[in-house]
Amino acid sequence: MDILNAAVAILNFVVIPAAAYGAQLALGALGVTLIYGILRFSNFAHGDTMAFGTAVTILATWGLQALGITLGPLPTALLALPVGIAATAAMVLATDRTVYRFYRAQKAKPIILVMASVGVMFLMNGFTRLLIGVDEQRFADGERFIINVRDFREMTGLQEGLALKTTQGLTIVIAVIVVWALFWFLNRTKSGKAMRAYSDNEDLALLSGIDPEKVVRMTWIIAAALATIAGTLYGLDKAFKPFNYFQILLPIFAAAIVGGLGNPVGAIAGGFLVAFSEVAITYPWLKIAGYLFPDWQPGGLLQLLGTEYKFAVSFVILIVVLLFRPTGLFRGKSV
Amino acid sequence: MKKLLLATAATALAAGVTSAEEIKLGTSLGFTGPLESMAPAMQAGAELAVKEVSDSGLLLDGSTVTLVQGDSTCADAAAATATVERLITAEKVKGIVGGMCSGEAIASLENVAVPNGIVMVSPSATSPALSTIEDNGLFFRTSPSDARQGEVMADIIMDKGIQNVAVTYTNNDYGKGLAESFQAAFEEKGGTVTVNSAHEDGKADYSAEVAALAAAGGDALVVAGYVDQGGSGVVRAALDTGAFDTFVFPDGMVGQALVDNFGAEIDGSFGQNPAAEGEGRDTYVAMAEEVGFDGTGAFSAESYDAAALMLLAMAAAGSSDPGTYKDKIMDIANEPGEKILPGELAKGLEIINGGGDIDYVGATSVELVGAGESAGVYREVAFNDGTMEVIGYR
Repeated sequence: MDILNAAVAILNFVVIPAAAYGAQLALGALGVTLIYGILRFSNFAHGDTMAFGTAVTILATWGLQALGITLGPLPTALLALPVGIAATAAMVLATDRTVYRFYRAQKAKPIILVMASVGVMFLMNGFTRLLIGVDEQRFADGERFIINVRDFREMTGLQEGLALKTTQGLTIVIAVIVVWALFWFLNRTKSGKAMRAYSDNEDLALLSGIDPEKVVRMTWIIAAALATIAGTLYGLDKAFKPFNYFQILLPIFAAAIVGGLGNPVGAIAGGFLVAFSEVAITYPWLKIAGYLFPDWQPGGLLQLLGTEYKFAVSFVILIVVLLFRPTGLFRGKSV
Repeated sequence: MKKLLLATAATALAAGVTSAEEIKLGTSLGFTGPLESMAPAMQAGAELAVKEVSDSGLLLDGSTVTLVQGDSTCADAAAATATVERLITAEKVKGIVGGMCSGEAIASLENVAVPNGIVMVSPSATSPALSTIEDNGLFFRTSPSDARQGEVMADIIMDKGIQNVAVTYTNNDYGKGLAESFQAAFEEKGGTVTVNSAHEDGKADYSAEVAALAAAGGDALVVAGYVDQGGSGVVRAALDTGAFDTFVFPDGMVGQALVDNFGAEIDGSFGQNPAAEGEGRDTYVAMAEEVGFDGTGAFSAESYDAAALMLLAMAAAGSSDPGTYKDKIMDIANEPGEKILPGELAKGLEIINGGGDIDYVGATSVELVGAGESAGVYREVAFNDGTMEVIGYR
């Protein structure tokens, strides 16, 4: 019984939150890694692209709600996602046309593109705030829980409760679908193969008649879709606030680099690795230890790091990986 | 030249008549910054008292009073100090309603008000540190110290038969001061605080913080935070994960927003905030409504009382000199004497001018104790069936 209680507590406080957070990071990191692999620069504006996409999705959600359209037990935002994706795709294509294409034509060094993306980040940052304001928005509706604590306790008679929020379940399910779709696209379709070819060797790809501008457009549209989906899932599960999307940039980059920049599998593994480390390292294991070793009475909370240092975990992972395996766990391109 | 002549003539005229003067009071409130939504109603409260006294013509042989507004920013001590400096040296104010937040109030008091000998009456700085500060008798506050709230909260929790609580506080002077004073009071009464940890405001997700609190355990969770900020985030995460289902809410959390956010989910929780009951408060709210602002706004009534106390003390001392009238503030605020409610400042001035005693009750049942701070009446509230009800005062 105690072992069951310990398992449920770990599920409730570590596994479920970290899995949902990991899926959100993985989707974000996929976008970063795709841009890095194909356009060959680190896109610092990715966090704010997520914020912009989510903001448009929220506005569309409000519109749908005002019309009385909902998805029943599921959040209405899912219905509004295509609008968000379309607006974000238009936005990033416009920035590519006005900013990045110029530098690409000049064959500028990647660092120049990175700096340009920092500029784009600040612009988008301001634009999102103009659009929806700086305040926190909660836009999750429909059923809140798949399993709620009270029912779980009554059902199982265990002391520990287990909660699975609809948004957490959705995040994981949607992430799986999106990742499957992305891999199918990259490995099976002609456009996907063209993208990979362009990523592997630009000159060879050009020689074989691949239209580089088309590849670039495809990349931006996919990155915009990934960013909007990741942002909306993060906002649904937690809350939308433009500043938080700026902060989430760090764990996303940590995930992408840990997995190996330019490697989609690595981005997913990196996302989960960063999320699980953040949660597990700041989780106090006192209660679990209490269930497993009833005779042991430790003095502290058995917490490796205070929760204030959550973001520090991503930094440490980033530094360790860059020191010992600069190309990442899955052999991406070196930074 | 013409101006100089005019000015000389005016001075001569003023000196020639009685001792009536033009008294200036300053406000140093956070019109910009994290509490900017509260400041306008506080300024309006102070203005109401000033206007009432000035219009009566009974203060110091018909002296008039004007209020000079200053921005303390709440968060930036240097900006608050500069503001108070300007009020004192350039505007020559005789007293200041402010500062608004504890850290900034301490800085401007120590650096400017005390060296210049100017009285400061804060309506809203509640840090326990202000009780023991070296102030030469120049600092007062019309709100209670959080040390007092810590005790009241400990009493309420004990009365419910709860012995073990976890505490989380917003990581600033207010949250930390309150959490520490509560822990001291609660442990003295024999309770146990399983964990006392901070949370940062403005984060997207508080599940990690709640996991830590849940691991430490406790029968209830004390949330010393802000309802529009991390406080609600912590409660949301605690409810979702089933970590806690009984919460204790101090003043930063108690509000309609809490009921709007959580409804019946927080049934069985309780809390307290400083709020005087009674006639004084009702009168004040009605007066505020008449001039078009919300008198129920946090610390608005306290601001009215802060300004009124200084002006009544000037009358009692027969002087607008801060060094003189500072000694009268405690006399005015406490018994014995005729009770003075809001809107009765003229009556109070009359009694003082006639040589009588007054006991200023004001909008917040003012009763100054210790080093000149409000004794503090707290409203105990409980959450049942998705509504907040007042169950008593202590």
